[in-house]
Amino acid sequence: MGKTLFDKIWDAHVVQKVEDGPTQLYIDRLYAHEVTSPQAFDTLRDKGIKVFRPEHVIAMPDHNTPSDQQEVINDPIGRNQVETLAKNCAEFGIKHFCMGSKDNGIIHVVGPEKALSLPGMTIVCGDSHTSTHGAVGAIAMGIGTSEVAQVLASECILQSKPKTMRINVEGTLQPGVVAKDVALYIMAQMTTAGATGYAVEYAGSTIRNMSMEGRLTLSNLSIEMGSRAGLIAPDETTFAYLKGREYAPKGEDWDKAVATWRQLKSDDDAVFDKEVTFRAEDIKPRITYGTNPGAGIAIDECIPTLDGMNEAEQKQFLAQLDYMQFQPGEKLEGHPIDYCFLGACTNGRIEDFRAFASIVKGKKKNPNVVAWLVPGSWLVRQQIIDEGIDKVLEEAGFELRLPSCSACLAMNPDKVPAGKLAISTSNRNFVGRQGPGARTILASPLVVAASAITGVVTDPRKI
Amino acid sequence: MAHQKFNIIKSTCIPIQIDNCNTDLIIPARYLASTSRDPKFFGDAFMRDLRFNAKGEPIADFVLNQPAFCEAPHKGCHEIIVGGQNWGSGSSREHAAWAISGYGVRVVISSSFADIHRNNLLNCFVLPVIVSEAFQQELFASIAKDANTVVTVDLPNQTVTNEATGHCEKFDINGYKKYCLMNGYDDIDYLLSQTGKIEAFENKK
Repeated sequence: MGKTLFDKIWDAHVVQKVEDGPTQLYIDRLYAHEVTSPQAFDTLRDKGIKVFRPEHVIAMPDHNTPSDQQEVINDPIGRNQVETLAKNCAEFGIKHFCMGSKDNGIIHVVGPEKALSLPGMTIVCGDSHTSTHGAVGAIAMGIGTSEVAQVLASECILQSKPKTMRINVEGTLQPGVVAKDVALYIMAQMTTAGATGYAVEYAGSTIRNMSMEGRLTLSNLSIEMGSRAGLIAPDETTFAYLKGREYAPKGEDWDKAVATWRQLKSDDDAVFDKEVTFRAEDIKPRITYGTNPGAGIAIDECIPTLDGMNEAEQKQFLAQLDYMQFQPGEKLEGHPIDYCFLGACTNGRIEDFRAFASIVKGKKKNPNVVAWLVPGSWLVRQQIIDEGIDKVLEEAGFELRLPSCSACLAMNPDKVPAGKLAISTSNRNFVGRQGPGARTILASPLVVAASAITGVVTDPRKI
Repeated sequence: MAHQKFNIIKSTCIPIQIDNCNTDLIIPARYLASTSRDPKFFGDAFMRDLRFNAKGEPIADFVLNQPAFCEAPHKGCHEIIVGGQNWGSGSSREHAAWAISGYGVRVVISSSFADIHRNNLLNCFVLPVIVSEAFQQELFASIAKDANTVVTVDLPNQTVTNEATGHCEKFDINGYKKYCLMNGYDDIDYLLSQTGKIEAFENKK
């Protein structure tokens, strides 16, 4: 029987199977950010040990960094956390992309764009959206801080092998439908726990025709259906994206690497524990209405009614709508919004800014909307400027901010005030995610752009 | 952090009947900027925005503020959470496990857990116990009827018993992790003892 892509990469990294226990898996790349690493470094200090393979570790602050200026972090607690990361990296000899440097940005944007994440690797980070990096054809998993310490100390983690699932998307996407819509559609079909216990491989013609940026968006959201990892077999799109980037192999090494990477695909006779297929033509621009990413609808649909729900389901459904201040059966298209956010590790890449600009070009931002446009990295920001996109945004009344996780998670000054409704390209619409009491609709850069112009939830195909 | 060895826990429970209870709810992001390892700091932040309003006043109808469940966990009392399905989804923040542990809870029972959070709980010596939905629902019903319902979690025998009904289920845990929990051993100590194998793997690669 053939092997899946996940099995191939996993098997190549097994140090040993612990007796009656998990697998000891070798890790090629650990990314560390300021939030989930300080206690891990403390553990090393407690034990008096060094980082086992410091050259495998890359660190950068992203969660606490402000997006309006990066001279200083005014919040003393956040500032201390960012300074602690810098100190820890200096003490343990780890490469550190400090706040404000041209190398800095959101880890899940920076890793792939610098080719620090490569096909066939095992990649971990104390961050659930580490699944993003799987789009280059790697096993990439979010871990906890104890596991960050384990990797720092030994370059290994102890994990049980997940089951495998293949999600196929076949066909051509309609105009106005992008990778984010595909992801939100899949989340709604699979539900928020539908892939718990699995590693998901995305395949099918829609994925093959998707850009690298789109694939990164799709893999990013894997965790929102509970999947441990989301990966896509590397192909010409992957190689073209990685070639020439800062840490990509060069010259002969590149050719050798590509030859190896071409073997990284599921065998024709590989059997997955579960396989699901969706049709691209069924997917429309999407929005969420509830407080988990699976609670979504097509933009022209109404919020579900209570029909067919049992009492317990009704209670939880109504609790979500109560928080969101929506009604069962309500249509959200045309509903006023207060904030719009373009950015995050989900949609903070150049293609997302191009898409946003394509909608707002020659139009004006609605004066009632506060807009935060936050590139995922300094490289992305530079490319926006090089392509003249910043001018388009400026003429439409938008301001380009500085790289940061920004309004995705309320750990820096970009917080949505209580009760306000934001339409966001980020990844989570949880209660309080964008600030205590803040309400979030998740959508694609196109939907967010169209809504920023009109001031109401807007279908980008109609503007 | 020092680890309490695990054996048999016999305790009343806190019912948190929220499905898909994500780690943002278990601990809001603003508590993540701390570099502290103080269990009390994280325990105080446990379910903060469900327990307290913006003014810091207790929200009376949330379970942790109800007279029957507000007593802080201690031996035999409220050491077990019975949670909704897909407990701990979302963010990988281990701070959520620190909050649960810091609050004084030693066991979380649910019909399903998010993978990363489940690992985090184990690494913090909080035992995640997966039971059938029927067992979980019966447990919620028993607690609703009598808040003093006692549950026994027997790690050596891998059983969980609802003492109100006498119903008992086996639960899964691998032998390695069970040994770690019962003896207070960390994964990191195990991995540090395997350096020879790791270097051999690197040389082969």
